[in-house]
Amino acid sequence: MTDQTRTTVSITVNGRVVESPAGELLIEAAELAGVYIPRFCYHPRMEPVGVCRMCLVEVDGPRGATLQPACFIRVSEGMSVNTESNKVKKAQDGVLEFLLANHPLDCPVCDKGGECPLQDQTLVHGSGETRFVEEKRHFVKPIEIGPLVLLDRERCIQCSRCTRFAAEVAGDAQIDFAGRGDLIEVAPSPNQPFDSVFSGNTVQICPVGALTAKPYRFAARPWDLEQVESTCTACAVGCRIAVQSAGNRLTRVLGVDSEPVNHGWLCDKGRFTLDSVDANADATDPLDPRTRITEPLVRRDGELVAATWGEALAAAGTVLRDAAATPGGVGAIGGAALTNEGAYAWSRFVRDVLASEHVDAQYGDGLDATLVQALPRATIDEAASAATVVTITGDLREELPILFVRLRAAVASGRTNLIEFAAGPSALRDLARVVLPVRPGETAVVAEALASATTPHGPRVDEFDLATARDLLGERGRGVVFIVGRANAAEHPAIVETAILRLARRYPDATFLPALRRGNVAGALDMGLAPRLRPGRGFDPRVSGRDALAQLDALASGEQRALLLLGGGLLNNVADADHAIAALERASVVAVTGHGDPALAYAEVVLPASVQHERSGTVTNLEGRVSAVTAKLAAPGSAWSDVAIASELAEELGRDLGLSSVEAAAKTIEETTGYPALSVLTSAATEGVVVGRGERVARRPIDPMATPGLRSADSVGLAAFGGDTVTLDVARTGSAVAATLDDVLVEAVTVPPFDAYALSLYAGRRLYDGGVAVCGSSALAALVTATTLALNHVDLDRLGVSPGDVVTVRGPRGAVDLPVALDDQLARGVAGVAVGTLTRDGANALATLMDRNAVTVQVRLETR
Amino acid sequence: MATLDAPRIVTSRAAYADSHTLARYLDTGGYQGLRQALTMFPEQVAAEVDAASLLGRGGAGFPAGRKWSMLRKSPVSYLVVNGDESEPATFKDHFLVERDPHQLVEGVIIAAYALQVTQAFIFLRGEFALGLERVQQAVNEAYEHGALGRGIFGSSFSLDIVVHPGAGAYICGEETALIEALEGKRGFPRIKPPYFPAVTGLYGEPTVVNNVETMSNLPWIVQHGGAAFAALGAGRSTGTRLFALAGRVRNPGVFEIEMVKNTFRDLIFDPRLGGGIIDDRRVKAIIPGGVSAPWFGPELLDLPLGQDEVAERGSMLGSGSIVVMDETSCVVRAAWRITKFFSRESCGQCTPCREGSGWLERILYRLEHGGGRLEDVDLLLDLSDNIAPGLTWPPQQTTICVLGPSIPSSIHAAISMFRDDFYEHVEHGGCPHD
Repeated sequence: MTDQTRTTVSITVNGRVVESPAGELLIEAAELAGVYIPRFCYHPRMEPVGVCRMCLVEVDGPRGATLQPACFIRVSEGMSVNTESNKVKKAQDGVLEFLLANHPLDCPVCDKGGECPLQDQTLVHGSGETRFVEEKRHFVKPIEIGPLVLLDRERCIQCSRCTRFAAEVAGDAQIDFAGRGDLIEVAPSPNQPFDSVFSGNTVQICPVGALTAKPYRFAARPWDLEQVESTCTACAVGCRIAVQSAGNRLTRVLGVDSEPVNHGWLCDKGRFTLDSVDANADATDPLDPRTRITEPLVRRDGELVAATWGEALAAAGTVLRDAAATPGGVGAIGGAALTNEGAYAWSRFVRDVLASEHVDAQYGDGLDATLVQALPRATIDEAASAATVVTITGDLREELPILFVRLRAAVASGRTNLIEFAAGPSALRDLARVVLPVRPGETAVVAEALASATTPHGPRVDEFDLATARDLLGERGRGVVFIVGRANAAEHPAIVETAILRLARRYPDATFLPALRRGNVAGALDMGLAPRLRPGRGFDPRVSGRDALAQLDALASGEQRALLLLGGGLLNNVADADHAIAALERASVVAVTGHGDPALAYAEVVLPASVQHERSGTVTNLEGRVSAVTAKLAAPGSAWSDVAIASELAEELGRDLGLSSVEAAAKTIEETTGYPALSVLTSAATEGVVVGRGERVARRPIDPMATPGLRSADSVGLAAFGGDTVTLDVARTGSAVAATLDDVLVEAVTVPPFDAYALSLYAGRRLYDGGVAVCGSSALAALVTATTLALNHVDLDRLGVSPGDVVTVRGPRGAVDLPVALDDQLARGVAGVAVGTLTRDGANALATLMDRNAVTVQVRLETR
Repeated sequence: MATLDAPRIVTSRAAYADSHTLARYLDTGGYQGLRQALTMFPEQVAAEVDAASLLGRGGAGFPAGRKWSMLRKSPVSYLVVNGDESEPATFKDHFLVERDPHQLVEGVIIAAYALQVTQAFIFLRGEFALGLERVQQAVNEAYEHGALGRGIFGSSFSLDIVVHPGAGAYICGEETALIEALEGKRGFPRIKPPYFPAVTGLYGEPTVVNNVETMSNLPWIVQHGGAAFAALGAGRSTGTRLFALAGRVRNPGVFEIEMVKNTFRDLIFDPRLGGGIIDDRRVKAIIPGGVSAPWFGPELLDLPLGQDEVAERGSMLGSGSIVVMDETSCVVRAAWRITKFFSRESCGQCTPCREGSGWLERILYRLEHGGGRLEDVDLLLDLSDNIAPGLTWPPQQTTICVLGPSIPSSIHAAISMFRDDFYEHVEHGGCPHD
């Protein structure tokens, strides 16, 4: 409720006159006045429905005092409310008794037992005796309503939180009520399982044990759980989370209600990938992403074998020292999964120790780092309250799920007009005010048409739509937020970068939210893990360096000899994986990673690093919000933090980075650049700090009725850090100057004309890709789908193929057999292949079809 | 003896086998009311209805004219006709939709004209197979006849009517649930306030919801004037009214009789109407206005059939359904059957109704079929009190809609009037009437 015109009204609660925000829900107003009204169906992040009737209170009205649901009515001047009368007590006790009538009371075997709102309120209000002697309602229990969620209909109290979440927040009513009377039940659609990527939220907000998540079922009892608060790094949104463990095993992640970020919601990838950290002890192959690297490995006689840290550091030092002896001989790729402190340490290592500018946290699948830094940055809140939002991205639900949730709410409410550059599928398409279809290679042309008020030649963009979009953008783009990313990994990045640059110049009042998806990619760039960038979101115009793809080219040609690989996932994410393999085969690779990775097949030395939930530090989300991540477990074996590894490796090479600990790194970042680090680390119970703004938002108090099982934020695990607290001077913008749009160098490329007989390749993203987190999660690994070739139905008809038919797809360098799938959100003449997926035979089809040097990739189909 | 000299207002064609056809309708003065209405200003039409003091015939008995005038201050978007008559022993709208569908359609057009609405919906109970067919046929014929569509009878007034079949849920007779169902959603009632249809109705727009019988009165009212209608009956209860008489009477059926001028005894015993009790047994109790109404004992048989007269005695004429129980009727079974109906038809949305109705039904089942306990009687009343606090009339409620407080009516009445019958069931280990 952020009504600008809000004033207060006087209401009387239990005889006491209090001031309350006008228009506030009575249940919230009473709570502000210190009067708690019991509830089940009410959830502060969803529209009230008033169905459970637990919050009935007496409200004086024209017909005398009547029982009204406090969650549903809004306060008005002079309203008089009684929450304690005998009538209220009897009504509330009656409702509770009714709720318990058919409830199985199987608390001893229920996951919710111990953190159950129904249990808790029964203790407060219940009679202790039952008057219900009838046979209870029976259902088969539990049933799988989706791949991750089970439903016990006997326990359900029909509060409709889950069904409302699906319809209202996730935007896809995959579950709803069926039946009526006391046989009413929550049910998925008969022909569509509840497979929403947000399904876990329904478990989180269920006020009883009706919905349980497969990964957590029977894993722990609530009173055995320990909790730290942290930040999710499954993508770049940076949702606040509570990480819970029992007996030194990670057991559960819950969403924390962070006002500026996630509102308590999480995607299932963020929620259910704990397994990848500590549950795959059976996996030992260093090439398998499920494997945790627990000790240093050195290649001897062609095999990676265990070594001591001393041996491994010496071997790594030798590789890097030798390569660094040649100008341009060494560089680093990766680092988007690191903390800011880890990224800072490696950034310093590459510059100060290796004297190299060849460094890139992205894998050629993102945006130019200088461009990202130069764009005026928007926050998520600003995007979710903007008059107009323009998306030049892939499917946000697949790439940045909670940004999708926030944006969807804004657009669905009518507050925000959405203009979509529709390169591929998007879950927001139906809500968009203007859809500008762009086939591969066309984004820059359409952006130019938008900016210059001309009609583009070629793209199938409607002139009326362009005019509407121009109206919504206004003269200078005031109040407009552009969300910009890389929809199509098979398209040359210069296309979309040209478009963004043009629009940024045309609309100087607009702000931008970079939709870069990987964990802490924004933090890694801010720490300087890209050519020309410097720690503290700085920029050095005097230097130049190779980005990831240029380094792979240089490695393939022999110009660069060694590669420091920071983290896994390169081969899984780079569009032209075959080209990357060719590069790695010629390179001397030193890998620093906590997980196994196919690229380790080419590594000389592997240094084991701690991963999320094992390390503390700070991360930066896509809006530039710095928040803390917290260790819950000790890292396995002899894995170290990246700060320690970088420091030791520097020492091996005769240099002292002066970073003796994570805390020291955070302190150094903040003191030398003004970039928030240590001050965030030592006050984690806030919503973090947005770089360059310094505003702090008060944390909403933990509401056990909204998120059962969440403990107070007091237990944030930072007590381990002592030392000085740095008071952040936000006026300091850092030691380095920041890049401007004039510093951005975009390669000039020529888009080849459309070939009417070919299909143009669209390589989009899936949430459940073949990445480390998903592969290592037993719950999610099964949800990764095999590669398909997606086509519009017109193309399917034209080619005479049906979904499921296998076709041979021929690219510029090779051919691959793929089953066909239908996707009418793809334009005619466009063929979709998801990045990071594998065929049923385990082949990387995209690698076969890609051409690293092509601007757009044309493929042809051969039907059988 | 009953007073039966009033004109037949809504059942004038009942004698004809082809009363539902357009030909018969036109032969018997059909669409003359509409033609006349179109010569008047819409406000004049509404004024006639106001003058008639036509009380809504759906159950609540709110004056139709006043409902409209509350709305005409701001433009009304939709007119919705409630034909979801689904309560046990309630079948007067059923008669109208099957036997005189054109009269309904003409009434809807007149109401739409008065409200200046251009889109109306007739929501009919899905089980009315013949009624649906005939109303749809009447709508189609009305279009062909020029009484519907663009420029009705050459005037500048246009109207479309959509006939929408319900999907078999009693709750969709509740106007906000009906609106949800019309919007394509589950028939969950909305919370009032703020969802009064007149303010936030169909698709969020101001909406008038009227009953089938209410609409069917309009052609006559326009033709004969509101004053002629108001001259019938007495007090606030003007005109005639349809009563669906059921139970232990010799001659159950639908009867149109003048309000107030007749009593329950007239309706039940007049040989031209109910014809008395089967086997001349004595009346034990009557349900005066549908199964959600509190019951009357035989001492109130001489009460006039008027809205206020019945209300003053703590019940209602409601849906116009009158059920007669005689000395052989089991009141426990009656309460159980009624509660079972409500339990089955509870939408399941809010707790007291969903869980309370099922619990009450199970207790009553035990009492009727064996297994009853003495303490069950007070338990029934206390659980009822948790749905309708105080068990007052008119009722208060802990539920979203009035289906909730409808549940305890029969239970409370049966226990208040015949508590010993319940104890007898307990002692007998089941129903002594079996």
